[in-house]
Amino acid sequence: MTNIAATAAAPAETAALPTRLAKGFVDRLVIIVPYLWLLFFFLVPFIIVFKISLSQTAISMPPYTPVLDFSDGISGFFAGFRELNFDNYAWLTQDALYFNAYVTSLIIAGISTILTLIVGYPIAYGMARAPATIRPTLLMLVILPFWTSFLIRVYAWIGILKPEGLLNQLLLSLHIISEPLVILNTYTAIFIGIVYSYLPFMVLPLYSSLEKMDHSLIEAAQDLGCPQISAFWKITFPLSLPGVVAGCLLVFIPAVGEFVIPDLLGGSQTLMIGKTLWNEFFSNRDWPVSSAVAVILLLVLTIPIMFFQQAQAKAQEQGK
Amino acid sequence: MNATWSRFNVTSIVLGFAFLYLPIVLLIVFSFNESKLVTVWGGFSTKWYVSLFHNQGLMDATWVTARVGVISATVATVLGTLAALTLTRYTRFRGRVLFSGMVFAPLVMPEVITGLSLLLLFVAVGLDRGFLTVTLAHITLTMCFVAVVVQSRLVSFDRSLEEAAMDLGAPPVRTFFQITLPVILPAIISGWMLAFTLSLDDLVIASFTSGPGATTLPMKIYSQVRLGVTPEINAACTILIAVVAIGVIIASIANKRREVQRQLDEQAAQRG
Repeated sequence: MTNIAATAAAPAETAALPTRLAKGFVDRLVIIVPYLWLLFFFLVPFIIVFKISLSQTAISMPPYTPVLDFSDGISGFFAGFRELNFDNYAWLTQDALYFNAYVTSLIIAGISTILTLIVGYPIAYGMARAPATIRPTLLMLVILPFWTSFLIRVYAWIGILKPEGLLNQLLLSLHIISEPLVILNTYTAIFIGIVYSYLPFMVLPLYSSLEKMDHSLIEAAQDLGCPQISAFWKITFPLSLPGVVAGCLLVFIPAVGEFVIPDLLGGSQTLMIGKTLWNEFFSNRDWPVSSAVAVILLLVLTIPIMFFQQAQAKAQEQGK
Repeated sequence: MNATWSRFNVTSIVLGFAFLYLPIVLLIVFSFNESKLVTVWGGFSTKWYVSLFHNQGLMDATWVTARVGVISATVATVLGTLAALTLTRYTRFRGRVLFSGMVFAPLVMPEVITGLSLLLLFVAVGLDRGFLTVTLAHITLTMCFVAVVVQSRLVSFDRSLEEAAMDLGAPPVRTFFQITLPVILPAIISGWMLAFTLSLDDLVIASFTSGPGATTLPMKIYSQVRLGVTPEINAACTILIAVVAIGVIIASIANKRREVQRQLDEQAAQRG
């Protein structure tokens, strides 16, 4: 294969110089344009967030004092280091509210991730074992809700979970409960919301790793007298682990910083960091503190995000 | 023995899909409710749809959202496709790790962080918040999703086709437009649609980066939801769902047709 490629490439090597120069130019352009875009709109903003988290709140527009400004030249820039202000971080450690919000967010995201895995695994498994002819349709049906608005799907649950909502009406009319359950504005509602909204993110990677699996392994185990349940735990589940890891990270990381779900389903009492950041920014208009909240949240999520990237890179290698 | 498993499988699929679809179905059903209460059925009516079209604020927001969506999805598709080409074709260049990090990280980054950081950037460079800033923010977010979709198609692409074209003297740019682009076009189209729906959908990043005069539909819906659930919002949501569903179905039918055509062509080529 390599030989054929090499001989095929040989004439290209001797191609006219302008063509090769043109190719080099195009190559560079292909890389540089998205690279610069992401540097400017993704990386640089984080540096600015970090910078502003070290500034002081001011009653002006924008509401913070400038730090590390180049307007005084290089010497002014370095002199600025002395003026750096870690008060916002000190503030975050002093007020237990923030610490609680971080911990609660991690716990809620963790529990929701496990719940999503428990709900999503049987669906993915059933899909992978379905007749090959209907699999594309099932796949499409899992992806379709993902195309409909996240906000709308969360909103739909308000009508279901309200005290006078559809779920309570159903349970009351079936005489399963005698008085309405309070679900909306509790953590239960947040769990339901996260599991519901992120389910496709869990099912898709699980499905793709379960579908690739060689079913004859299970048959072999069963022929040798292995009971179905232990065949599942000893063969199927370990082989689907890459999918489990990818799915869990895809649910866990965004769920930690989730805003819409705790805000609409969790009510005013819930303490999640995404909501805290939002309130700090939009209600208190404290940009430096909300920047500090974002920096810490990013640090908390660095490790799972790196895991996610490695999993992506590995999947990409296997794809080749 | 397989019967028990398959019964288990069928049950889990049916329950799973019921869970996924029931809330959406209920939302659509209650948009046709005569009563103002969202949860009590008072007879069939389309009056909420009529009042929707007389709600000027909502119509303005829809127009803003549609324009932001089309522009940002189009630019994001170009940038995302370039990013996908970079990721699959150029395995060795300085800063590649950083680049792939910047492509994958926005996929999972909590929206509050992305929104806040982009806003602070726009303030730092002195750009007034409004239509332009929301569009730039959406391009940045959605180009990464496009990159992942296109990349998955490029990975399975047979590169000998390109090599053949270049051996026959086609310049690289022409090779790309005549050979590569037609093959990866389905992925590019679905990438565009994904980018468009993500932009249509986004509340958090738009709230941070938008300014006066550029209120998007999700921002409008969100502010109304906070005041209470009304059938009018259900109607707005139903229209949004219908638009997206029709788009997805048309795209998948077109995709299937093209796939069948391609297979026929290949068979014909082999026979010839």
